[in-house]
Amino acid sequence: MDRRNLLKVIFAGGAAAALPAAARNQRTAAPDSVGMLFDSTYCIGCKACVVACREAQGLAPEPKDGMHDVQTELDGQTKNVIKLWKDEKNPAVFAYVKQQCMHCIDPGCVSVCMLGALKKTAAGPVTYDKDTCIGCRYCQVACPFNVPKFQWSSPTPQIVKCDLCQSRIARGATQPACTEVCPRKAVIYGKRADLLEEAHRRLAAHPSFYVDKVYGEDDLGGTSVLYLASVPFTKLGFPEKGKRSGPSITESVQHGVYQGFLTPAILYAGLAAVVIRNRKKDKEADE
Amino acid sequence: MNRAAPLGGRIFTPRFNVLLALGGLAIAILIWRFIVGLGPTTGMNDGYPWGVWIAFDVVTGTAIACGGYAMALMVYIFNKGQYHKLVRPALLTTALGYSVAGASVFVDIGRWWNAWKVPSFFWAWNFNSALLEVALCIMSYIIVAWIELSPSFLPKRFVVYLEKALPFLIALGILLPTMHQSSLGSLMMVAVTKVHPLWHSQLLPLLFLISVIGMGYAGAVLEATVSGRVFRLESETHLLSKIGKAVSFCYLAFLVLRVGGLALNGFPGFGANGMSLLFLAELALFAVPAWLLLDEQRMRNPGQLFLAAMLAILAGAVYRFDVYLVAFDPGSNWHYFPSIPEMLVTIGFVSLEIAAYTLAVKLFPILSPARSTP
Repeated sequence: MDRRNLLKVIFAGGAAAALPAAARNQRTAAPDSVGMLFDSTYCIGCKACVVACREAQGLAPEPKDGMHDVQTELDGQTKNVIKLWKDEKNPAVFAYVKQQCMHCIDPGCVSVCMLGALKKTAAGPVTYDKDTCIGCRYCQVACPFNVPKFQWSSPTPQIVKCDLCQSRIARGATQPACTEVCPRKAVIYGKRADLLEEAHRRLAAHPSFYVDKVYGEDDLGGTSVLYLASVPFTKLGFPEKGKRSGPSITESVQHGVYQGFLTPAILYAGLAAVVIRNRKKDKEADE
Repeated sequence: MNRAAPLGGRIFTPRFNVLLALGGLAIAILIWRFIVGLGPTTGMNDGYPWGVWIAFDVVTGTAIACGGYAMALMVYIFNKGQYHKLVRPALLTTALGYSVAGASVFVDIGRWWNAWKVPSFFWAWNFNSALLEVALCIMSYIIVAWIELSPSFLPKRFVVYLEKALPFLIALGILLPTMHQSSLGSLMMVAVTKVHPLWHSQLLPLLFLISVIGMGYAGAVLEATVSGRVFRLESETHLLSKIGKAVSFCYLAFLVLRVGGLALNGFPGFGANGMSLLFLAELALFAVPAWLLLDEQRMRNPGQLFLAAMLAILAGAVYRFDVYLVAFDPGSNWHYFPSIPEMLVTIGFVSLEIAAYTLAVKLFPILSPARSTP
């Protein structure tokens, strides 16, 4: 009797969980959303963008030797770095790469953030609000590019990452600090659709010069910051792991099972019914 | 005659004092942690933002403490009343284990003064976040577990009111762990580029759920054998060996799903490498206790039963550590190993948990002592 009841509960819950819908498609870029295009072949590694970013964001330099601010990784005080990749066998082959938030179209960090401290704005940037952040660092786990950084040495830490100079643009600037100062126009700012078109124009014009790919066009669901390079993107630290974004997988499974709250509700009703029945039977047996 | 009763006896035994001292050390380290931040006190970093406080205290700790959940399933859903006297001690382990997990989360999060906003800012809840679900469920379950346990320490007149609500609480006490223990598996699903393909799977929630039920039974067996020995209780091996069999069934189901799920995808990432070896070792670690615990006759031997239950706990723990830390690779430049203060905090928390358990069974009717307790 009890076993049959239990089966009913499991089937009801399972049927709810197996309902279709919910499987969620990947997001696409909002039509007028903005982004950046970084062309590694234009970059000379002058790091003017790194300095400009620090100034614009009010982040103190970190001179490790007391003199030079030579930051090699993003960290709790650095939202933008220039890295150099060199071929170990052939030192003549090298490439610079700029690293900052990619402003994913379907961002993992936004999908996992409990109270929405990280938000994807319609305009394109992924922004951060420290007041609803509890410092759980799930965004760091979820980000495929290891972009969000945590202030490990602070008793009141925040998550630190590029927001495409939102505050600066709100004050009337027309573009982020890094794109503004770049002397070679290696990094440019604009509507993502236009930047994508420009990237493909360059690829078509110099096919032998570039790796035939615009990184971020559709990698991991696509990013608002796009990259061109003459060396394989994996060498520059970019994961080439398909077109599916993490959130589109997780959210499909999670919402698929939960069905709005239908599955837990049915399961709860069933469990309560079985418990009450079993306890009643026990009491009768006692009497 | 099998009524639960306080065991009584001296509280401040040498063992108890050592546990308290370890707990005190953890608290001292935590004061330091709140002054200087997580960087100087732990081994965590931007590549490995979650360390043992999450992978052990929360993910593994609550799994071992899931005896209350697993036994409730057995007694109230499968209606196996004969195990009833094992429910209360298992629930105590659950309430304590989950409280420790809650404390660990609180010291782990960077912006702890915002923590109250998670349960109260309901308009901001992001239901895409598996962690939000885990957080809300664990918070609720800590409360539910303590209420379920409260008849053993509250005066009788309160218990009368509770009696009416109890079936609904029991059902909640089964629903909540079902939800958050599976979601602890979903948590790592989003890290598609970081979790090794032999561990990354859409079956993660189901694998975590099935293994946690097994771990819960193994935890209940372990808790009963140890407390039986330490407090010289009447032997319960005839009951416990049957529960051991439940561990077996869970782990066999786990193995079928784990291997079957990977086989459907052609064992991605499998080859002549360390991770594949670890994967095989992990399977063996599940298979051995599953096989041992299947033999009810042999498991009547308390020593063998203890060993098999230990192995079962170890298997589930290793699986969780692998998903959260070992098979998690954020890139070649990052490494994580817990710092000594970090480990001492975990050790201290577990010590306090054990101390609280011994205190509770001496003061409140949790365990069923033998008729002639020495």
